[in-house]
Amino acid sequence: MSTTAKPISIFSPSLLIPALRDAVLKLDPRQLVRNPVIFATEVVAIIVSIIFVQDLIGGGAGLAFSGQIALWLWFTVVFATFAEAVAEGRGKAQAESLRRTKTDLVAKRLLSTGRPGDRAFEAVPATALQVGDIVIAEVNDIIPGDGEVIEGVASVNESAITGESAPVIREAGGDRSAVTGGTQVISDWLKIRITTRPGESFVDRMIGLIEGAKRQKTPNEIALSILLSGLTLIFMVAVVTLYGLAGYSGTDLSVVVLAALLVTLIPTTIGGLLSAIGIAGMDRLIRFNVIATSGRAVEAAGDVDTLLLDKTGTITFGNRMASEFIPVGGVSEKALAEAVLLASLADETAEGRSIVALARSDYHVNEPAHAASATSFIPFSAQTRLSGVDVEGRRIRKGAVDAVLRFVGLEKAQAGSVFNQAVEAIARSGGTPLAVAEADRLLGVVHLKDVVKPGIKERFAALRAMGIRTVMVTGDNPITAAAIASEAGVDDFLAEATPEQKLDFIRREQTGGRLIAMCGDGTNDAPALAQADVGVAMQSGTQAAREAGNMVDLDSSPTKLIEIVEIGKQILMTRGALTTFSIANDVAKYFAIIPALFVATYPGLAALNIMKLGSPQSAILAAVIFNALVIVALIPLALRGVRYRPVGAAALLSRNLLVYGLGGLLAPFVGIKLIDMAVTALGII
Amino acid sequence: MTIFGWLQIGLVLIAVLALAKPLGLYMARVFAGERTFLSPLLVPVEAGFYRLAGVRRESEQGWLAYVFAVLLFSLAGFLALFAILRLQGFLPFNPQGFGGMAPDLAFNTAASFVTNTNWQSYGGETTLSHFSQMAGLTVQNFLSAATGIAVAMALTRAFMRSGASTLGNFWVDMTRATLYVLLPLAIVVALAFIALGLPQSLDANFVATTLEGAKQVVATGPVASQEAIKQLGTNGGGFFNVNAAHPFENPSAFSNYLNIVAMLSVSLALVYAFGQMVGSRRQGWALIAVTGVMLTVGVAAIYWAETSGNPLLHAVGVDAALGNMEGKEVRFGQAMTALYAAVTTGLSDGGVNAMHSSLTPLGGLVPTFLMQLGEVLPGGVGSGLYGLIVFAILAVFVAGLMVGRTPELLGKKIEAREMKLVILAILILPLVILGFTAVSVMAEFGIGSIMSPGPHGLSEILYAYTSAAANNGSAFGGLTANTPWYNTTLGIAMMLGRFAYIVPVLAIAGSLAGKPRVPASSGTFPTDRPLFVGLLIGIILIMGGLQFFPALALGPIAEHFAMLAGQSF
Repeated sequence: MSTTAKPISIFSPSLLIPALRDAVLKLDPRQLVRNPVIFATEVVAIIVSIIFVQDLIGGGAGLAFSGQIALWLWFTVVFATFAEAVAEGRGKAQAESLRRTKTDLVAKRLLSTGRPGDRAFEAVPATALQVGDIVIAEVNDIIPGDGEVIEGVASVNESAITGESAPVIREAGGDRSAVTGGTQVISDWLKIRITTRPGESFVDRMIGLIEGAKRQKTPNEIALSILLSGLTLIFMVAVVTLYGLAGYSGTDLSVVVLAALLVTLIPTTIGGLLSAIGIAGMDRLIRFNVIATSGRAVEAAGDVDTLLLDKTGTITFGNRMASEFIPVGGVSEKALAEAVLLASLADETAEGRSIVALARSDYHVNEPAHAASATSFIPFSAQTRLSGVDVEGRRIRKGAVDAVLRFVGLEKAQAGSVFNQAVEAIARSGGTPLAVAEADRLLGVVHLKDVVKPGIKERFAALRAMGIRTVMVTGDNPITAAAIASEAGVDDFLAEATPEQKLDFIRREQTGGRLIAMCGDGTNDAPALAQADVGVAMQSGTQAAREAGNMVDLDSSPTKLIEIVEIGKQILMTRGALTTFSIANDVAKYFAIIPALFVATYPGLAALNIMKLGSPQSAILAAVIFNALVIVALIPLALRGVRYRPVGAAALLSRNLLVYGLGGLLAPFVGIKLIDMAVTALGII
Repeated sequence: MTIFGWLQIGLVLIAVLALAKPLGLYMARVFAGERTFLSPLLVPVEAGFYRLAGVRRESEQGWLAYVFAVLLFSLAGFLALFAILRLQGFLPFNPQGFGGMAPDLAFNTAASFVTNTNWQSYGGETTLSHFSQMAGLTVQNFLSAATGIAVAMALTRAFMRSGASTLGNFWVDMTRATLYVLLPLAIVVALAFIALGLPQSLDANFVATTLEGAKQVVATGPVASQEAIKQLGTNGGGFFNVNAAHPFENPSAFSNYLNIVAMLSVSLALVYAFGQMVGSRRQGWALIAVTGVMLTVGVAAIYWAETSGNPLLHAVGVDAALGNMEGKEVRFGQAMTALYAAVTTGLSDGGVNAMHSSLTPLGGLVPTFLMQLGEVLPGGVGSGLYGLIVFAILAVFVAGLMVGRTPELLGKKIEAREMKLVILAILILPLVILGFTAVSVMAEFGIGSIMSPGPHGLSEILYAYTSAAANNGSAFGGLTANTPWYNTTLGIAMMLGRFAYIVPVLAIAGSLAGKPRVPASSGTFPTDRPLFVGLLIGIILIMGGLQFFPALALGPIAEHFAMLAGQSF
């Protein structure tokens, strides 16, 4: 699986042909019974088919009509199973390539465990590995199963899982000890304790999810199925009793027309597309390189009220960077920039590089041409807490404020008010002041600060519009945290956060009825990940974190949470939109079928035939055909999902109600009329 | 339609709206157990009742215990009423010396009054003793109404609480509803009725000599007191056979106003109380808007259909300017008849001040349809509120998904369990109405009772089962319903319509009470805005329409087009 691979178009033959085959296989009533609406349709289709065959043998009248109704009822069922098959089809190709990574794997199981350095092994099939077995993986070996590194350091190519070709380091202890079956060791070796049973590994889970084999209905899907089954039941009551009412009125309704009426009324549109929506949602998530352990978690993502985001790496770049040079004591900005540039040239830390970059870009100074031999760099040490350079007799130092003051031999009070005020202002704003001195003279202060990622503020604003609060979690002190929080535009922050505090915070929010999403990678995040309603673990994280969360982000990108929330919302919206559409459709179908059924008895009811449909039979057939075709027409929407816009619930609702409610009310009037015209023109009735 | 007619309709509706807030606030206090201006008088009485019955008012009930209490209480009421009706010949206050009711009629009548339906297969003045009227029917008028209010309050509490396992105490809720709400209002309204000329007497019927010198038996009895609670409790069972069309039940235009105001006020105020109690008055107003808009449209439809009249009659020389006056009382006129018909059916009251069977086909369709919508406009006391909430749950579930969150109503997540129960509840109406109607029109014992054959006959039967299942109780007229088949099946329909609905409603309450209340955010589906009002109206209309359109098409709609084509039934 690759991040760059485009999703397979739903119109590609490679997808459609197997899907058609699967669609037919899915007609098995034992499978179909999971979907009550479509199951009911199938039963009705069988009954009408039997009547058609009886008529065929017995030479009954109206063969063309009952035959065509039977045919279109079967199409309705097939279109529904086809929708599901297409949705599954896209995942199948991906599952196939994953499965290839784990065929015929041989594991090197250690004979005696425990003792470090002992490397004697036996070759066993990977499928025979049990939890607790210790295996060794050497250069070019494929790691046979999920596990924890207990000894060794190696670079591992995880592209089979993540699609990222750059190798990652895996080592015993710490936050990078988890390895995944199917990935390849490309240098050194690892001793691994297997932590999952065969068939339950990460890759197995992925395959299961992608193929939808282990797909279980999500809570909301179950609730919606109940509603749809209930509506089906209500319409059955309405249609069955209609037989009696019609009999009283002097109309003998045939089973075929009652069947047609029933199928057009029950919510086949959403019933047929419901499972496709869920599968496609999971598929969309997988294309974002996120693996969810359950559909339940994806659905919960749509409901999330609070996002817990780590500051480092998510909101800020994670390194402090120079943002400003403040000269003191009559030194020019340019001179300060030049001095600090010199002092940082050999400083390979991120801070050092950022000083060089700032001096060059914003202060337009270049490094003076010096003979490299005349230059000696003073590296940073924990004792001096200084670094700098000695060049052509100049001794330039930069470092912590008190260390630099000691270097120039001044007390804090003697440093001058401009210097002290600058230092305080920087600290107050959440930054870190870095003092610069040459020989015994203070030159100024460098303002180091945590730089907020560009564009992140807008994303948080969008989240707020969705009704989601973002909370920043950081180990920084409250002052620094507050400054960054206000700059990034988060709603709240949790400073000097320990794992316990995170857990407490989540529990507190949940008691208030809120749903929490968070992401994390370390073992110390595991309790919070498990407690959160949506816990996204980084693929680069520890096994403990990956086990605790209910999603794994293969790209290890913390901002992915935002996309996950959107996908969750999309799934729910698509269901709601198609349900509304489906129910609204029924109004037009009544206006097509009721006058058709009773116009012979009560000629006045022709006034209800507001679509002016050709004949009673063509009207009924047109309604049935429309009902079947609308499923096919909406497959792309079901797979793509209704677009989510972060505009607030009220605006979203009025828009969707207009499109799918009013649209659903009007569309069938047009559709049925057009089909009726075609049916009449073709003269097939 | 005339400006004056609309002015009358508008005045009545404004009076009711003005009452909703003070009465709603009062009820919210009563059911929260707070002090009200009647407390000094009523608290000792209330405490006395609890001591007598051994009820501990602090001990609350879970939903199952609440259901059990409702059913037990209703069963006791049913048995008591059944016994009174059967034995009235041996009981006091029987100046006319009426004998006991037939078993099937007594079953039907007892079921009818216990379920707050007040379907009357009997003629009051020719069947019932004063004792049966007062100790039997009027008592149930209070108690069935109080039961409905109690259930609505239990459901309301489910939205107020989070993580709770109890819904309140049925005995306390029922006692308070009777003592603090229904009784004081009934006293006030009964006195007003007496002032307006309704009789209140324990005397026997008397014989009067008319102007022509003929003898006429004039029936009388404790009419005003029964009339008051009949309207306040949306019961609708009249003292006399022709209900509020009778000059002693509804003598003048003023008594007619009071009738309508009384029947709307408690139901509507309960909706307001709901908003107040769940902490969102806007929510209360939004629900009131739903009922207001739909009721007004219903009134307008009947008013229009009736003033348009019947072209067949106009053709034979009846003054078209009067509209269709058949079956109407001249002292009320078109506007007040339309309002009464819409209100009584939108409301599950079921009293009538005109012959609904004599309405034009479309004019008769509207009351039928208003009942089929589930009696939520604003419905019977209590039952209308919980019916409305069931629809609100359905509405947020269908459309709420479209905001990208799992649906929630007032912070309570609507999940599989609630959906299952909602379906169970809304399934009752079509199942009972269409089921019994279909059986009745297919068999001789059903068709035999029809007065006018053809589509109008279907309307008669459809209306009867609709009225019973929806616990409305109004009669279309025409159908001879006092037969063993109709008495029994209508009785069953009333029982199912009431209790097979209450059980899932209380189960929903139990489930919601246990859930945490999710705080609202800008991502939450707002349920107190015009958009939601429109949505809820749409869902109520579409659900009702989809279930009953075929039946209505074969009844009133077919009749309407036949009338236009010059055929009548």
